[in-house]
Amino acid sequence: MTDQTIVTGDDPVRAHRSLWSDVWRQFKVHRGGLIGVGVFSFVVIAVVIGPYLHTVDPQFLDFKNKNLGPTWAHPFGTDNLGRDMLAQVLAGGRISLAVGITAMLLSLVLGTFIGIIAGFFKVLDGPLMRLTDLFLALPLLPLLLVIIMLFRDTLRNMFGPETGIFLLIVFIIGITSWMQTARIVRGDVLGLKEREFVLAARSIGTRPRRMITRHIFPNVLSPIMVSATLGVANAIITESALSFLGLGFPSDFPTWGRLLYDGANFLQITPSRVIWPGLAISLTVLSVNYVGDAIRDALDPRIRGR
Amino acid sequence: MLNYTIRRLMFAVPTLLVISFIIFAILDLAPSDPTGNLPLTIPADVRERIRESLGLGQPFPIRYMKWLQQFFINEPLNMIEQWWGFTLGDSENRLRVTSWATRSPVVDLIVERMPQTLWVVGMSYVVGILIALPIGVISAYKQYSIFDQIGTFVSMIGFSVPTFFTGIVMIVIFSVQLGWLPSIYDTTLQVNDLSSFWKQVKQMMMPVFVLALYNAAQIARFMRSSMLDNLNQEYVRTARAKGLREKTVILVHVLRNSLIPVITVIALGIPQVFGGAIITEQIFRVNGLGQLLIIGIEGADIPLVQTLTFIFAVLIVLFNLIADILYGVLDPRIRYD
Repeated sequence: MTDQTIVTGDDPVRAHRSLWSDVWRQFKVHRGGLIGVGVFSFVVIAVVIGPYLHTVDPQFLDFKNKNLGPTWAHPFGTDNLGRDMLAQVLAGGRISLAVGITAMLLSLVLGTFIGIIAGFFKVLDGPLMRLTDLFLALPLLPLLLVIIMLFRDTLRNMFGPETGIFLLIVFIIGITSWMQTARIVRGDVLGLKEREFVLAARSIGTRPRRMITRHIFPNVLSPIMVSATLGVANAIITESALSFLGLGFPSDFPTWGRLLYDGANFLQITPSRVIWPGLAISLTVLSVNYVGDAIRDALDPRIRGR
Repeated sequence: MLNYTIRRLMFAVPTLLVISFIIFAILDLAPSDPTGNLPLTIPADVRERIRESLGLGQPFPIRYMKWLQQFFINEPLNMIEQWWGFTLGDSENRLRVTSWATRSPVVDLIVERMPQTLWVVGMSYVVGILIALPIGVISAYKQYSIFDQIGTFVSMIGFSVPTFFTGIVMIVIFSVQLGWLPSIYDTTLQVNDLSSFWKQVKQMMMPVFVLALYNAAQIARFMRSSMLDNLNQEYVRTARAKGLREKTVILVHVLRNSLIPVITVIALGIPQVFGGAIITEQIFRVNGLGQLLIIGIEGADIPLVQTLTFIFAVLIVLFNLIADILYGVLDPRIRYD
């Protein structure tokens, strides 16, 4: 019997279907999701490899060639100090994406931790959820602006101008965006706790720590993945909003939002200075959101079954 | 229901107190000196007197209690006096929350800025809802049609593209290239005849559209998914089976049930509009609350920033409460008690 199943193993109908292959099959159906993966990979690759191909120093001042339109030497033109825009957009993208991904990871770790602890330990559920409600009631953008304004100089002195502002922005975006993840994870954990396999695990004397890492955590991975994509999009938008208001990264260490902010004063001379970084932000966020949509559909058993 | 409302209100008070404490503490314990921007030639003892005149001489808990008293007791009393025109107690010497930069009461500054924000932001929210509801209904009813594909794509764009980019693109197109619309909002404009009314409409068009697109995108997504949830329910089949016209089925049965979660989402979004409008107000130079906050932050005007941020927090808590109560009122299946 076993031999036969191995022989017919490459028959697509009878082939072993795991959860993740099903998810991938459903994911492929979502056209927007596939295009999103393509666009996002393109942005990431361009930003990582681009500076090695387009070897112009983004901070090199070339006053003779200022406010240029697109030329062969400067495909995106130059700014009012003669700096190459393409090089700046590529360099800015590195920081924007780094901020987005790091802040997302921080908020995800926090949210998952709080969600699991609150769902699993009944004693902590009330206080932690009240804490979540409290964070949800904070006016985030004003508070972010205030915190950056007040702590920017201190952190700059402590860690240097670049690392200081990077740490500050990642930290404050991370600790102000974990609430949704925590709520979703807690809800799922509450449901999982009543399932038989958890009862079985408990009856053989599994310790809470082992129970969480072995049985609970793997089962809440799917909402976490959706939160991850939304988190990247949210973090990139928040960072560029802060930079756009002049309270994010400084001009000599620009992100996409900062380039947009600096370019906004030269709208009439070189509108392309605004268009390129803005387009980069929008494309990245759009593609990430589409990927998130596709993952949500793929992980939803009601849709996947069809 | 009343029981539930009272219980929620009782809970809102400690929440707001904790939030006010957090906001006050962050601003107060921050390592920045309000006299840091003054010239270095000011001698140390004068500097100390300036700090005292700003109310910084006392320890932190006392300043916090004073601020609470000013915000929760003195300012409401002042408002009551202004509205009904009588004096309550010693109104001359009553301390008010005073801005460091302008030396005028913060509440007066906020009252000055409120109309612009309400006009632009409120209008954009109304326009956004009016666009979003029909789009959501039609794209759910004709799921996977071309209309649905385009509608979903446009709402995805509105949801993903930040307002500071759409705003600037609109300025580039309509102000710089075409020259049709002004890029700066002029608050001094008096509307008294048709031409000035048209001017007002023209200057409001871009900020309202930018914000409306963003709001409409979110609400349309909710409307669509809520309609889709309801369209497959059995009561819809029953309604069709008893021979109701399709229009009645959709617009009376399905739409009313689908609107319940959408209305709570709309209520929850109102405070976020105030917060998100900071950026739009900054782009189009609308001198509303968001711009006041930015000016306060840039000038390190701590009382102004504390009060404004706290007002935003009050709005969030208030509309959360309203959304929950609305949900209970609109949906008889929900029983809180």
